[in-house]
Amino acid sequence: MVYFIIRRILQIIPVIIGVTLLLFILLYIIPEDPAQLILQKGATPEALANLRAKMGIDQPIYVQYWRYIKGLFSGNLGTSYRYQRSVNSILAEHYPYSIKLAFAAIIIEIIIGIFAGIISAIKKYSIWDVLVTISTTILVCVPVYWLGMILQVTFGLKLGWLPMSGYGDGSIRYYILPAVTLASVSTAFVARMMRSTMLEALSNDYITTAYAKGLSQFKVIGKHAMKNALIPVVTLIGLDLGSLMGGAILTETVFNWPGVGRTIYLAILQRDAPVVVGGTVILVGIFIIMNLIVDIIYAWLDPRIRFEKVEPNI
Amino acid sequence: MPQNNKILEVKNLKTYFYTDDGIVKAVDGVSFDLKELETLGIVGETGSGKSVTALSILRLIPQPPGKIVDGEILFKGQNILDMNIKELQDFRGNRISMIFQDPMTSLNPVFTIGNQLMEAILAHQTITKKQAREKSFQLLEMVGIPDIKRRFNSYPHEFSGGMRQRVMIAMAIANNPDILIADEPTTALDVTIQAQILELMHELKEKTKSSIIIITHDLGVVAKYANRVMVMYAGKPVEFSEVDKIFYKPCHPYTIGLMRSITRLDQERKNVLKPIEGSPPSLIDLPIGCIFRVRCEFAVKQCSLSYPELLEVSPGHYSACFRANELFAGFKNLDFLKTKK
Ligand code: SF4
Repeated sequence: MVYFIIRRILQIIPVIIGVTLLLFILLYIIPEDPAQLILQKGATPEALANLRAKMGIDQPIYVQYWRYIKGLFSGNLGTSYRYQRSVNSILAEHYPYSIKLAFAAIIIEIIIGIFAGIISAIKKYSIWDVLVTISTTILVCVPVYWLGMILQVTFGLKLGWLPMSGYGDGSIRYYILPAVTLASVSTAFVARMMRSTMLEALSNDYITTAYAKGLSQFKVIGKHAMKNALIPVVTLIGLDLGSLMGGAILTETVFNWPGVGRTIYLAILQRDAPVVVGGTVILVGIFIIMNLIVDIIYAWLDPRIRFEKVEPNI
Repeated sequence: MPQNNKILEVKNLKTYFYTDDGIVKAVDGVSFDLKELETLGIVGETGSGKSVTALSILRLIPQPPGKIVDGEILFKGQNILDMNIKELQDFRGNRISMIFQDPMTSLNPVFTIGNQLMEAILAHQTITKKQAREKSFQLLEMVGIPDIKRRFNSYPHEFSGGMRQRVMIAMAIANNPDILIADEPTTALDVTIQAQILELMHELKEKTKSSIIIITHDLGVVAKYANRVMVMYAGKPVEFSEVDKIFYKPCHPYTIGLMRSITRLDQERKNVLKPIEGSPPSLIDLPIGCIFRVRCEFAVKQCSLSYPELLEVSPGHYSACFRANELFAGFKNLDFLKTKK
């Protein structure tokens, strides 16, 4: 198990290198001069050249890249062109907002998704099942930003129950709309997957065994079927958490949420390459780490994966 | 030796499945009884309703599509079909427990053997976890699992098929049930392991003083372990008797066919294995008259007009065939079927 974890952590390195290389090349192709960007219009050619030399962007791309990688592994993500601040501090400032939002969304996803999935599996073909099927289909089809705006208009503008956007004082009211929007598609997927894995689990022979032992329906479903049915769902939720934590660009933009997704979005608009690359690197890193955590939970849930070697039969 | 008091009585049990194609009458009017300390065999081909009969006794029929539509199942006089959910839970695995066909799938792959065994105990006994653990060790020892301390924390996939079936048996006897229902307990296992498992069940039955219903398609198993046997065909019992009698003088053409289709080591070459021609009827549109008619070599005109009732041909020996008495009186050419137990 330890070996497994170490191996997985080492696997992060080539992925990070690949991602940064790709982004570097893409950003290098964009014919924009960062020095121009920083000094604005009307700067003298000498001043521009000076700045370029100071920033090191007059060097060939591989030199720049090497310097970046060296910085990266010592924990330095560079300096923002736009704000003249270290990317680390910019991301550190915005990340907590994204993470809080991601957790709010995941909680919605877990509670509503799993619950709806179980209900529709247990009450197969009932009105509840039909309701879950229809609403999940709609949620999957609707674009996120559209849903976000509809919610803003309905609950924020018309009914005035909830704030339309922003982080406000950070109270729970501000979280509801963006979290619901962010969770919508994943909740639908979780509900659907939960329904099918639950149905699959319930059709197994060990369920009959469990009933034959005299266990209650609650215990049969809640213990025997649940643990089996959860295995694929946990994977889905874990991967989701990984991608949500990277900041949800659309949702954060629509709701003007001060998270890292919106920061990256703004950085793209402003051609602020260090912020884009730095943000993406962290995003990828988190995604991979979440993946690893999912794999560990997975191994805990399913003992058949836990042991790579199966003991000989006696 | 079996006693005379009936511990279980099944009367006119009917279990139907409501499918898109129509009503499948999987069990259609089955009656039998089980005496204390008795081993009763239920024999039939796949789809004869023998497993559905077993599942019906513990009300384990998936509903929908299945439903027990009629009948009574009396355990020491109490009708199981009238029990509420709570009573049923107390009853299952406690007074009657069950062993299933495929030990590969009937244990939950994500819980340890120990967990599943303790769960069976704790469902019915108010003892501490520690005591349940002790009890589990005893049970595992009783069913012959080696290296119990380590095995207790193993998962089903770390066991062979035979060992898993032993664990299933341990779970089934955990609460000293009065009746053990074994639904084809050895079908999924190797031949050598089959014998071990059957021997084990037989031993445990003697030790725990319980009755057994063993469901099988293997007449050899019945001959060796059962006291009485019920032969089922297309959801109905066609012959019911003590094992000796049925093997000595089968009185239903289907039973005769089944006996012919088993290999016998002491059988002369000329009586080669002879499978029963044809296949069982669809349980959705049963023909009028005798259900076995289309495959029966003894069929007469009457057989297509009405269904033969299960009648006594000799004391304790019942057959549902219009020609049962003739068969009993003896077709000389059936003599080769005689079997020593
Ligand atoms: S009743 Fe007729 S058809 Fe049915 S088993 Fe007897 S002889 Fe054969």
